[in-house]
Amino acid sequence: MCFRVPPFFVLRIHMTKKTILNNAHRELGARMVDFGGWDMPVNYGSQIDEHHDVRKSVGMFDVSHMTVVDVNGAQAKAYLQHLLANDVAKLTRQGKALYSCMLTEDAGIIDDLIVYFLDDQNYRLVVNASTRDKDIEWLEKQAENFDVAINEQPTLAMIAVQGPKARQKVCPLLPERLGLSAAEIKPFSACWHGEWFVGRTGYTGEDGFEIMLPEDKAVGFWKQLLEAGVKPCGLGARDTLRLEAGMNLYGQDMDESKNPLESGLAWTIAWEPSEREFIGKQALLNIKQQTSSGKFVGLILEDKGMLRAHQTVVLDDGLKGEITSGGYSPTMERSIALARVPANIGKTCKIEIRGKLKNARVVKPCFVRQGAVQIEL
Amino acid sequence: MSNTPDDRKYADSHEWALLEADGNIRVGISDHAQELLGDLVFVELPKVGQQVGKGDECSVVESVKAASDIYSPVTGEIVAINGELEDGSEAINDSPYEDGWIFVIKPTDTSELDDLLDAEGYQNLTEDE
Repeated sequence: MCFRVPPFFVLRIHMTKKTILNNAHRELGARMVDFGGWDMPVNYGSQIDEHHDVRKSVGMFDVSHMTVVDVNGAQAKAYLQHLLANDVAKLTRQGKALYSCMLTEDAGIIDDLIVYFLDDQNYRLVVNASTRDKDIEWLEKQAENFDVAINEQPTLAMIAVQGPKARQKVCPLLPERLGLSAAEIKPFSACWHGEWFVGRTGYTGEDGFEIMLPEDKAVGFWKQLLEAGVKPCGLGARDTLRLEAGMNLYGQDMDESKNPLESGLAWTIAWEPSEREFIGKQALLNIKQQTSSGKFVGLILEDKGMLRAHQTVVLDDGLKGEITSGGYSPTMERSIALARVPANIGKTCKIEIRGKLKNARVVKPCFVRQGAVQIEL
Repeated sequence: MSNTPDDRKYADSHEWALLEADGNIRVGISDHAQELLGDLVFVELPKVGQQVGKGDECSVVESVKAASDIYSPVTGEIVAINGELEDGSEAINDSPYEDGWIFVIKPTDTSELDDLLDAEGYQNLTEDE
């Protein structure tokens, strides 16, 4: 016997994947990069301008590369209560969303995700693009003992519209009834109509929506948003916005070798009710009993220079930590970073940059929210 | 399409070198390089009086994306640096060949310029990238 392989298949496995909006990005003159196997826009001109558009007005991102997975079945709730470190039982209002880590038995972070509550038998997960394959494999493996089906939704496009003017721009463009509901939903909640799904969520620290919609509607909707004055923004601005907001990036600030306690994500672990058993719980309890592990902090560089991932943080007593994400904050016009450091870190520390020690201040890892700087400069 | 003026020479590491009337060589990065780097946010300048060899790392430019070393295109002594860049390195994005110059070298041997690419050669190089 032989498998019939369509002739384009061999070629396609070597090509980066494209979202339905790929041509739209190229028409706008985007600079494209390979991002986890996807051909994605990094900027459409100036990353800093795009960053400011989101903080001050409104911008949009193509995030169709992200993976949408529906969990359906009689035991959907029990399954997710077993699978996730946060507890979906907290979700009682239809459409409500929850941020959670998905852990290994050793409490390593397989991925971070958002889960939306549709009803007790139906939930929607949005997981990272770069971790898609291992996530799906893990979701399916864990589903073996539950009456649930794991249904990936690869034909949905996803556009994030973010910024103080996002809601006023988006609502009039949504299919009629959905526009009315979307105007009413609270932060971290969603509404839907047919295949259109609108979550008041995002990754920028600003108000806004993440809109899932059928692929064949995506280009038209993107163009309507453009005409309404929504600025297209690339993954570059998305990264500086999330860094200012103090939001972790999977693969950079955390991965399977790190647990939520040392990644600034202790708040996402639901310890109560104590009888709930979830994957990784026992390991987390053991880690908690040991001497305190790493701590996750924000840093602002006081000297000239630029903080970058993997630079060494040096404490007053000589102990060392590491920057996990660093860069330029367009809002603060300073260099900022997220870092994993020994728990005894004081209010200041030194950063080793090209062989020289530079002064930095230790702050809570939330630099900017809703357009406003949260740190005393 | 990047701009590549033919009044100067180019290193394959994307620096330009302009021989001036007084025999010194002004150095910056090409339009193509600033486009690749994206918005520049910080420049670490060399020190005036510093001796540099051809190909030595003597400055660092940092964009929103990454840090990049600047190599000296010739051997000599740094005689001037563009202090304006310390307050705002966007001049490199806006005017890579004029306001965005980085440093000036007093060369020990001007003929080292002959090893660099001319505008056409550099343009051919960047078209492959």
